[in-house]
Amino acid sequence: MSEDHGRHEHGPHGHRPADDPDHPHNAPLSDVQLRVRALESLLTEKGLVDPAALDALIDTYQTKVGPRNGAHVVARAWTDPAFKRRLLEDSTAAIAELGYIGRQGEDMVVVENTPSVHNLVVCTLCSCYPWPVLGLPPVWYKSSPYRSRAVIDPRGVLREFGVDLSEGVEVRVWDSTAELRYLVLPERPAGTEGLTLAQLALLVTRDSMIGTGQPSSPGAARPRS
Amino acid sequence: MNGVHDMGGMHGFGPVEAEASEPVFHAEWERRTFALVLAAGAGRWNIDQGRFAREQMPPAEYLRASYYERWLWGLERLLVETGRLTAGERDAARRARPTPAEPGDRLAHSPLAADTLRAADVPAFLQNRRAARRDAVVPPRFHAGDAVRARNLNPTGHTRLPRYCRGHVGVVDRDHGVFVFPDTHAAGLGPKPQHVYSVRFDARELWGSEAPMNDRVYVDLWDDYLDKA
Repeated sequence: MSEDHGRHEHGPHGHRPADDPDHPHNAPLSDVQLRVRALESLLTEKGLVDPAALDALIDTYQTKVGPRNGAHVVARAWTDPAFKRRLLEDSTAAIAELGYIGRQGEDMVVVENTPSVHNLVVCTLCSCYPWPVLGLPPVWYKSSPYRSRAVIDPRGVLREFGVDLSEGVEVRVWDSTAELRYLVLPERPAGTEGLTLAQLALLVTRDSMIGTGQPSSPGAARPRS
Repeated sequence: MNGVHDMGGMHGFGPVEAEASEPVFHAEWERRTFALVLAAGAGRWNIDQGRFAREQMPPAEYLRASYYERWLWGLERLLVETGRLTAGERDAARRARPTPAEPGDRLAHSPLAADTLRAADVPAFLQNRRAARRDAVVPPRFHAGDAVRARNLNPTGHTRLPRYCRGHVGVVDRDHGVFVFPDTHAAGLGPKPQHVYSVRFDARELWGSEAPMNDRVYVDLWDDYLDKA
């Protein structure tokens, strides 16, 4: 993770890569960095924010909450039919059994992929995303290309993620327009019969829980995204 | 409002490009902005007011801005709207050139306002399990299986009825229960609790006969957005 960047130009991601060689770590502070720093100082002077609360909020989402949580939910559903039934009937309660609760996950809906149904989650109006199970959303999920195209051209979007579905598969796109948050339960990969819950969780990628990917295959394990 | 944020179905934005091994935040200012938005707004304005503030960013600026720049813009707007900053203070902060400081090198001893989110309260704040759902007993206007038409509404305020489904016919897939209504909630006109349904639209109903026959789009819609079809 790099230190502060210069004011960025907006490429397709709307940000500079973290390791941009044109912006070394000792570069002068950018306009936006200065603006945020000044605003934080002003709000702190007025007693309107507690700097220690800001640190606690950042620490939570940078180090404690992320897609490992969702992978645990999925692996548990793959190995425990009773849990899977509860997960599909009352997603919020079943996910809470594993301790994943709270902000931007108050009301959860889990949708199941099958050989004939593929689910894809989007928020066309902003960036709604199930924080307790997936952490904060990646830039592409919040980007104009994804928000605009997921509802009108889901198969094209999926192809860009390397997911090529046959015509016979029904695509269900879930637009998170209200306060329900969606998590895709991907299909358990073949050849995973002997794996433990922890080993299975390692196969569950973030994208497979959004619907833009499939779980990794055993033996083809690669860094998760 | 019919803003540029309502992007579903638009063309021209290009391919979706995912960054490999993406960090949670790309810069220190993004982290601080994320936390400032949560902390400054806690108990002071609701999520619908927060969204509406960002939607009012001028469209060309919205499209040019990165995600957290939109958050920053919305935060500044709400701080001024709610009287916590003057427009002059906001503008001064925007022009500010403070001495670079290390994180933690801040004004730690300012007395906190009574309603300011304390560090000790952050875990409870984040683990709160009730947000928009309400216990109010409100009869549902529709049931699973009902055919419904999304109303052709064009409010200038906040709404969660996307343009791409207005006027189109779908089927109620499930009733999610009773939730606050964003249109009034964002305007400070109260929660107006009502049922939210997952409404299933055929892709061909929304996008025409070229769309794949079996594909569907599910949109969560409130009673006030729907008519019987």
